[in-house]
Amino acid sequence: MSIAEIFDNMDYGPAPESNAAALQWIAERKGKFDLFINGDWIKPKSKNWFESRNPATGKALAKIAAGNAKDIDAAVSAARAAQKGWSTLGGPARARYLYALARAIQRNSRLLAVLETLDNGKPVRETRDIDMPLVARHFYHHAGWAQLQDQEFGDFEPMGVIGQIIPWNFPLLMLAWKIAPAIAAGNTVILKPAEYTSLTALCFAEICKDVGLPDGVVNIVTGDGATGEALVKHPDIDKIAFTGSTEVGRLIRKATAGSGKHLTLELGGKSPFIVFDDADIDSTVEGVVDAIWFNQGQVCCAGSRLLLQEGIAERMTAKLQKRMEALRIGDPLDKSIDMGAIVDPTQLATIKNLVKKGAAEGGTVWQPKCDLPEGGCFYPPTLISDVAPASTVAQEEIFGPVIVSMTFRTPDEAVAIANNTRYGLAASVWSENINLALDVAPKLDCGVVWVNTTNQFDAACGFGGNRESGYGREGGHEGMKEVLKPKFLSKLPPYKETKASMHKDYGSSASLANLDRTPKLYIGGKQARPDSGYSMPAFSAKGEKIGDVGEGNRKDIRNAVEAARKATGWSKASSHNRAQVLYYLAENLDIRKAEFADRLKIMTGVSAKKAQAEVDATIQRLFSYGAWTDKYESAVHSPPMRGVTLAMKEPIGTLGIVCPDEAPLLSMISLAAPALAMGNRIVLIASERHPLAATDFYQVLETSDVPAGAMNIITGPRDSLAKTLAEHDDVKSVWYFGPLDGSKLVEAASTGNMKRTWVNNGKVRDWFNITEGEGREFLHHATQIKNIWIPYGE
Amino acid sequence: MASISPLKPAAEGHARNPGMPLDLDVLDRIRVNLSAVERRATTLPGRRTVKKEHQAAWLLKAVTCIDLTTLSGDDTAGRVKRLCAKARQPVRPDVLNALGMDERKITTGAVCVYHSMVETAVVALKGTNIPVAAVSTGFPAGLSPFDLRVKEIEASVSAGAKEIDIVITRGHVLTGNWQALYDEVKSFRAASGDAHMKAILGTGDITTLRNVAKASMVAMMAGADFIKTSTGKESVNATLPVTLVMVRMIREYLEMTGYKVGYKPAGGISTAKDVLNYFIMMKEELGNDWLEPDLFRIGASSLLGDIERQLEHFVTGRYSADFRHPMA
Repeated sequence: MSIAEIFDNMDYGPAPESNAAALQWIAERKGKFDLFINGDWIKPKSKNWFESRNPATGKALAKIAAGNAKDIDAAVSAARAAQKGWSTLGGPARARYLYALARAIQRNSRLLAVLETLDNGKPVRETRDIDMPLVARHFYHHAGWAQLQDQEFGDFEPMGVIGQIIPWNFPLLMLAWKIAPAIAAGNTVILKPAEYTSLTALCFAEICKDVGLPDGVVNIVTGDGATGEALVKHPDIDKIAFTGSTEVGRLIRKATAGSGKHLTLELGGKSPFIVFDDADIDSTVEGVVDAIWFNQGQVCCAGSRLLLQEGIAERMTAKLQKRMEALRIGDPLDKSIDMGAIVDPTQLATIKNLVKKGAAEGGTVWQPKCDLPEGGCFYPPTLISDVAPASTVAQEEIFGPVIVSMTFRTPDEAVAIANNTRYGLAASVWSENINLALDVAPKLDCGVVWVNTTNQFDAACGFGGNRESGYGREGGHEGMKEVLKPKFLSKLPPYKETKASMHKDYGSSASLANLDRTPKLYIGGKQARPDSGYSMPAFSAKGEKIGDVGEGNRKDIRNAVEAARKATGWSKASSHNRAQVLYYLAENLDIRKAEFADRLKIMTGVSAKKAQAEVDATIQRLFSYGAWTDKYESAVHSPPMRGVTLAMKEPIGTLGIVCPDEAPLLSMISLAAPALAMGNRIVLIASERHPLAATDFYQVLETSDVPAGAMNIITGPRDSLAKTLAEHDDVKSVWYFGPLDGSKLVEAASTGNMKRTWVNNGKVRDWFNITEGEGREFLHHATQIKNIWIPYGE
Repeated sequence: MASISPLKPAAEGHARNPGMPLDLDVLDRIRVNLSAVERRATTLPGRRTVKKEHQAAWLLKAVTCIDLTTLSGDDTAGRVKRLCAKARQPVRPDVLNALGMDERKITTGAVCVYHSMVETAVVALKGTNIPVAAVSTGFPAGLSPFDLRVKEIEASVSAGAKEIDIVITRGHVLTGNWQALYDEVKSFRAASGDAHMKAILGTGDITTLRNVAKASMVAMMAGADFIKTSTGKESVNATLPVTLVMVRMIREYLEMTGYKVGYKPAGGISTAKDVLNYFIMMKEELGNDWLEPDLFRIGASSLLGDIERQLEHFVTGRYSADFRHPMA
């Protein structure tokens, strides 16, 4: 085209980024890559290699080794052998390696960016301007945590060997999110990249070698789902960190249940993008572009549900459609491209099918007129309006450049629609009214909220979701907590079941001098008879029957969870108010301490002195959590922007607690008090062996201003109740402190709604010991952190 | 109050903005989020780029949109004549020839001077279609007596200025006195008659983007043909975020009334790379109509020199030097 013609039509023209250096890098390795294990390149035991393709052209890029269980075995051995040395090297020494990795990534940033674009199909603008800078930043930030580890996490130690499985949408960035914190903390890792996108991970392996990272600290085993499965199931792994689909996350939870492996999952999403009528509409339109047409919409936290306040819906839709006309789709190596290729034909087919379904269910599908390149996996930006929450496309994650729009009338309705999803990853709120935005953000059930912005990420800010979007946070202080564990944990003795040894012809030790008492269940602030109509005997240490408690069943759990759901006032109460209630509980228990001590003595057979000590410790514990209530505070992160990111510690919601038998009063309160202090509503399954400690306690609850439904107590067969609780889709988290089998049962049963679990893995704590029985570890499990990004400026 | 001059089709092909009654409800609805605007403005140059012959063509287009400007206390007739000569032939003929553009009669968009230099410039540009733009209304502060400012416009028009760059009273914006701002600009527009009026908002003085947005809207309601960022004398002049807000208001006004208003950033655009980013923003936010001199002007003095060097580099493959290009 002549300059005169261009002068007249003012077109952009091509602006290709050269792929020569990246292709040469591949060619120099003969287009074939082995596994990176123990600092060496190892041929896969399967002797198989699979092809990695460029989705923009469909052409093969390289052959990637298919690792199998034997390769995983070798990698785990290498990681295990390296872990102790890596850990004892010390934080400051590890910090130097992470710093070197950050610098090396910057030095190789263009090669990595182009490789990523070739392999994944995303625009080079994104890999160059977003992915690579964030990758380097992640290593810098975590070099810092390694440096400060002794001061900031002195009571913690690394988890050990961590298996990591990452997705194809941000190949190197997800690698950085996984590897940087893990190795900073002194863990060693085996990382399995996604099958579609292994190249940058392999390039990173070379960088590790280049900076002299000790062998075995980072191992990269490429392969498919079977390779990942071998990693998940390997017995010598201490933790699995997974980012990917909810479906696979669920399989991993099942496979690791009861194994003692720590697990963090960052799964799917259907994140709302809420626009109020006082938003800066033009900027909001750009926000939508960044929300759903970033990385072709293949982003777990993509704003994929557009919620528009009715008054501005029409105007916003018109502006959005006009904006969509200006999006450029094409060769991802072209620097003037907004959207590149979808990662794989399979994914493209999924997107097409879901859009078809959206139309069939009454949605209005709108796509701009745009030319799609031939030969590659391309899909146009798509808006589906006239969608209702009942539509499939409003509920299912599409994972493509497709946004669905709905309208709402009031802020309350916006929140209700936003939360009407199984997922809970992120949300974006647009309003120029600070009161409105800061009121709505905490009400959204998700892990990240962006106010007047979207898809912002930083190493200093935790990222992760609630509900079926998984659990755990990556980045910042909260992310470090997911790769470290309290030092005392590994030294805990095994849990011993204390079965009641009853007399053959047991009789009641209660004298008729006392009136007969029927301990009931405690549900919704009322004493309730068990649904079953049955009771079970409670025995003294000597095997004498000392009472009959209700035999709770599924329906009692259901009723208790319903009561807990309604008790939202407890979660909204001020921390000062909750503290007062906890102090009041302590006060009322103190009045009756003799009676509780007597009961403990009879139930558990401890000495009067020991029983007294347990009651005293329980009163202390209530006092401690009264104190903690307004002192386990949220944090403010400092990402590189003008603004703040609030890391808000929020109650989880309805929490199930399954109590152990040892020190029944103290252990129950050690678990219940932190959960209550943080504003959770709890359904507590009493110690099966010593249920009277719990049933006596509800009388204290009744006299201490604990609102109805905030704490519910069920007695009965522990593990069958625990299973119902763990399966309940309206319970957000379950804590289990019983025998090993129960930990497995709870973890396996949690997959319905992917609830968080905290289990004792068959270990027993000393509840009298403050380190093991009280404090931040408990509060950590009683809260979830929501990062609210608030850029500001006028 | 004088009435707005009768609407007549502009030579360039779009109807001239007749203005509209001041509508305060429209102003009330204006929202601008600084961080979001900055995000768009800072990421856009990474989203679009033009290379090689496209870059050369775009830079030549930029030349045609330049209001070649001299606004100094030491301006003399000689200085202005030299500037006009450069406006007539802004790019070396051999470079134009190599670009295949020698038939196109490339000139700058206008020459922009103080009122006292208008006649000199008109004479110096005789035989060309290059309009003379005068900064009137007590430039740059715009705080001389109102009647004198109106008279200055009339004097510039009768001296042959085809374009009038007026400055608004920034105090009206800072105090939220939109009626006063509207009345002032409307009077200036009436005084401009057939000359096109560019309203300088003093964006460095009114500081916030909300002020910029509202002042833009009021100026257009009052009949501005162009809205212009700044005098070039403020500490901060044209920026991409300010531009984004102003062009979004132009789009808003177009959607509201159907009239196209032009945009002129001034001050601070001194490199070829800078000006391409402005062109990209115009194209993305408003479309190709705003890449032509009837709707897009750039107030600049040193920009042309950098463009000339880039064009020569495109032609020869060698990096150029400023002394190889005739000065203004």
